[in-house]
Amino acid sequence: MSTVSVSITVNGERRTHEVEPRVLLVHYLRDVLRLTGTHVGCDTSNCGACTVILDGAAAKSCTVLAVQARECEITTIEGLAAPGEPFSAVQQGFHQEHGLQCGYCTPGMIMACTALLAENPDPTEHEIRHALEGNLCRCTGYQMIVNSVRWAADHPDGIVPESSDAAPSAPAMQGAES
Amino acid sequence: MSLIGARVLRKEDPNLITGRGQFVDDITLAGTVVMAFVTSTEPHSRILAIDASEALALPGVLAVWTASDLAGLSTLGLPGLGRPLLATDVVRFVGEPVAVVVAETKYLAADAAQLVIVDYESMPAAASITAALADGAPVLHSVLGGNTVFDQPFADDLESDFSAAPHTASLHLVNNRCAAVPIEPNACLADWGPSGLTLWATFQAPHHLRNTIASYFGIPQDTTRVITPDVGGGFGAKINFVPEYFLACALSRTLARPVKYTQTRSECQVLMYHGRAQEQDVDVAYDDEGKLLALRVRVTQDQGAYPDPTGMGLPVLTTAMAAGCYKIPKVAVSWRNVVTNTTPVAAYRGAGRPEASYVIERIIDLVADQSGLDPVEVRRRNFIPADEFPYATHSPLAVYDSGNFAGAQTELLTLFDYDALKVEQARRRATQDEKLIGIGFSSWLEIAAFGPPGSLEGFGHLGSWESVQIRVQPDGSAIIYTGASPHGQGTVTTFAQIAAGELGIPFDKISVRHGDTATVPQGIGTMGSRATAVGGEGVRTASVRVVERAKVIAAHILEADPADIVLDGDGFAVNGTPSHAVPWSEVAWKSFRPLEIPADSEPGSLDITVFQQVPNFSFPSGAYCCTVEIDRGTGEIEITGMYLVDDCGTVINPLLAEGQVHGGVAQGIAQALYEGISYDANGIPQNSTLMDYLIPAATELPSYTSGRANTPTPNNGLGAKGIGESGSVGTPPAVVNAVVDALSHLGVQHLDMPITPLSVWNVLEEAK
Amino acid sequence: MIAASFDYVEATSVEHAISLFAEHEDAKFLAGGHSLIPMMKLRLVSSSVLIDIGRIAELSYIEDRGDHVALGALTRHRELESSTVLAEHLPLLAHVAGEVGDPQVRNRGTLGGSLVHGDPAADLPAASLALGASMVITGAGGTRVVPAAEFFLNFLETAVGDGELLTEIRFPKRTGAGWAYQKFNRRAMDYAIVAVAVQLGQNPGIALVNMGSTPHLALAASAALAAGAPATAIVDAVLEGTAGWNDANATREYREHLARVLTSRALAQAGYTS
Repeated sequence: MSTVSVSITVNGERRTHEVEPRVLLVHYLRDVLRLTGTHVGCDTSNCGACTVILDGAAAKSCTVLAVQARECEITTIEGLAAPGEPFSAVQQGFHQEHGLQCGYCTPGMIMACTALLAENPDPTEHEIRHALEGNLCRCTGYQMIVNSVRWAADHPDGIVPESSDAAPSAPAMQGAES
Repeated sequence: MSLIGARVLRKEDPNLITGRGQFVDDITLAGTVVMAFVTSTEPHSRILAIDASEALALPGVLAVWTASDLAGLSTLGLPGLGRPLLATDVVRFVGEPVAVVVAETKYLAADAAQLVIVDYESMPAAASITAALADGAPVLHSVLGGNTVFDQPFADDLESDFSAAPHTASLHLVNNRCAAVPIEPNACLADWGPSGLTLWATFQAPHHLRNTIASYFGIPQDTTRVITPDVGGGFGAKINFVPEYFLACALSRTLARPVKYTQTRSECQVLMYHGRAQEQDVDVAYDDEGKLLALRVRVTQDQGAYPDPTGMGLPVLTTAMAAGCYKIPKVAVSWRNVVTNTTPVAAYRGAGRPEASYVIERIIDLVADQSGLDPVEVRRRNFIPADEFPYATHSPLAVYDSGNFAGAQTELLTLFDYDALKVEQARRRATQDEKLIGIGFSSWLEIAAFGPPGSLEGFGHLGSWESVQIRVQPDGSAIIYTGASPHGQGTVTTFAQIAAGELGIPFDKISVRHGDTATVPQGIGTMGSRATAVGGEGVRTASVRVVERAKVIAAHILEADPADIVLDGDGFAVNGTPSHAVPWSEVAWKSFRPLEIPADSEPGSLDITVFQQVPNFSFPSGAYCCTVEIDRGTGEIEITGMYLVDDCGTVINPLLAEGQVHGGVAQGIAQALYEGISYDANGIPQNSTLMDYLIPAATELPSYTSGRANTPTPNNGLGAKGIGESGSVGTPPAVVNAVVDALSHLGVQHLDMPITPLSVWNVLEEAK
Repeated sequence: MIAASFDYVEATSVEHAISLFAEHEDAKFLAGGHSLIPMMKLRLVSSSVLIDIGRIAELSYIEDRGDHVALGALTRHRELESSTVLAEHLPLLAHVAGEVGDPQVRNRGTLGGSLVHGDPAADLPAASLALGASMVITGAGGTRVVPAAEFFLNFLETAVGDGELLTEIRFPKRTGAGWAYQKFNRRAMDYAIVAVAVQLGQNPGIALVNMGSTPHLALAASAALAAGAPATAIVDAVLEGTAGWNDANATREYREHLARVLTSRALAQAGYTS
């Protein structure tokens, strides 16, 4: 079994390994680099759980060979927040607006949303849904994912305003009982 | 201060949104080898020979097992109809594993699996209920004689009531087979070493799996450990005992290496048990006012190739809930379970109750159509009144706890302008080309909060309780351990919310642990919308008891009577004297210090375990409306509105509750318009990838508009009924009713799910 | 999910790619990989060596050449979608590129890869037919130009022979002319069940997706369009030469009906008047 020497910059760090040509980028990230945040959810390039940002554009890492990504720059979910910061704006948006439940599609979904906002910082609901047409979620029904992206668009620095009722000590909601 | 009803953000999120979650395939142990299946390409064949020689010759392959290597490992499921871990002499569905290979890496395991050659002798297959019940049908299990596993006939088929009735309506319905499609397929990692067995599995009930594995292998439970780490969706399909768990353990024991199995999606589509797959014949008798006089429902449940215990129970739940929200004087139900050469069928979100709401909500719409009455009005005339609860139905299982069906319907109608929509619908019908409008209602309820004592035992579980243990730490923080086993529901957050209010300990100082039989006291698991209604109640009652004990210690510190101690601020105080107080952290610390507690007290008393029971099921309900537009040129259906009023009793966290509804609604829309596992006449699955099994993306689904209703349940102190499956119960009939409504002027009375543009176009063509 | 083993070599130029192909038995070219890799993962296709042409930088360009626009075969769908040159002179092409798959697919897939794969269910082959494109094919024996109408030979088989590369695709400009693409599918990410591409103006064309074993140029309908026939006559002619079939998505009758309806809608959307 022949191998190829592959050097890829992942989350700012240049990594070099010998890999079999048939190894998928998603398996290289997960099994060789041990960055297990990127997930596998299907085998026909439909679900998008494997989405990473490859040379500035969202890509399904299950449909790219590791060898094809030589000398490229990849950002995975683990590399999204700036050093010293816990969450990016999109990550914070998913937290604020309950854009995740089981969390399995979430890394790929967040990467796709991040790529969207980099190109279109103020998308409409229609544009958000279309940007996510290749990312499947079985838990949320997507409405709260759309809300999460809108939160990030409205708060591009990812800072949660003081007056938000998101604090756990918030009083009981009016209208919880009809 | 109570957090009940507060929009609290999830404790679960930080790990998951940063890629630090831990799903089974993320976990690596030194020396792990990989297991892969060789699966049957035939639906019903004899296995003549299996040649694994080429596979075994591949470097890096450790083993290839077939049924002959599994001496002493028994079948799964029902006695006499059990499913072997690997097919023995006969395969009974496409995808059934016939061999398992183990290799150093998953790439090698995939190569090895391809090299195993299986020689089949085809037999006729019966891949549908009709085929399985036909004269001369191939028999799957000779012990049955035919393909009917069980048949519960009508006690009284009400024929005289129907003959005498002013009007009757009838439908033959198909509740289409669905695949659960959690985005994480099945996976497990078994590590069987000298000191015992640890199994990681993406499963909904770790203790249940632990108990079953231990019993299966005849090993003690104390050295058997099951861990369910982060689970990427379950929807009821990750509660079944499938061969991979047992095979991974057996292989680990034999090979003395950890063994990992990660299912591909294509495998998942045929191996993870399917849901729904019911056919129903329903008749109603009604009077001139559209009041229902009698209901008769006959259910036929497709069990797939091997009947699963939960799968066998689905039609029991369907028939119990068949009368829905309505007061129907006479109800007759019967059901039967049939095997077919297909993937086994078991629970999938709603598990028998979406099937029930579909039956009653479709037939009542037909009553409306036949009588020329408004579907909202016909429902209103038949609702069980709000003051008749608890309401005993035709089924001893279903004594409805509370509900206000008319109230929910009224609230629903405030969310959109029904009259204006009907006017527009009529206007468009008169044109040639404009898109047709359809408006579909669903007043539904379902049976949740599984369940009263004895209920889950009937499905093979140890009990119907749920365990909650609260341990206050020396610094005043608290850890809750629970047998509830979430897979997206946000249980950690919900339980911490409940506890925070009762304990007086801040939300941020409460952790919730689950999913490990080594650390959590016995548990039952998460299914049947029970986590909050049963487990959450356990958190409440355990918290109350912790506080009782804490007050004893606080009283001792404050030199007061425990009866005069109240929760106050960040600790305890003497009632009426807030300055005479002690913080929780001090009470917690001292609870471990014998010299600082009453002489007759034990250290470590702030540790309470509850096995919470509930006296009855709860019955969430709601009123939904779906509006659609139909393109007359192509038959395309677009959902233009999805209006949702849910009554789950007390809402602990409105954000999480709404998320559960959205997810269930999405699956309901998908079942109605997109999904449907299909087999050709020869038993070959037609849609076993996500390219041809249509899970909708964000572009296919609408936004949702919610209102709320609330009739608390008396079954627990929280008043909470559960909500996890509600969306999937209420939605399919609303969608189907909408499409049928759009086409009713052409004489359409029913369309089977999934309703596709093709099926709509066929109707439009026929009407020309 | 896991492809069979293969060797891998990288081509640094077109000539290099061609000579590598001659050196290796059972080789395949790898461009964007979004048609090839999914098939290899399901083991529907295998190869003993993949020749990666994806990094041949000089094969990615969009050039205004006066009366036509030339695109390098490795130009990615997303570049077509966002190109101002195409927006002005070939809006049908830009739009259709934006209809392929989903954003992630469009970020990686290439025009040349899609055309050489030649899937009758794909969008860009039909667009190339409607637009009367010319395909520049380079092999050991030199370079030749094949019109789109002669490019798609059989199911997944094109005029590109073994060891040859599609290097450039030339599209005559359609500046200011009406156009439309009507794509009917269940989900936005899905292949079309049926689609119709219409380009008006000089040398108009109508092409169909998924109405035969190859991407289909509707010759009779295109001729009727060129002759200024009424829209109804064009619609009546559009099925000529097609071969419908029954599958899970559509019966033959429904497929043919969709082709007609979508053609009618495309003509209206393109602003066609007879």
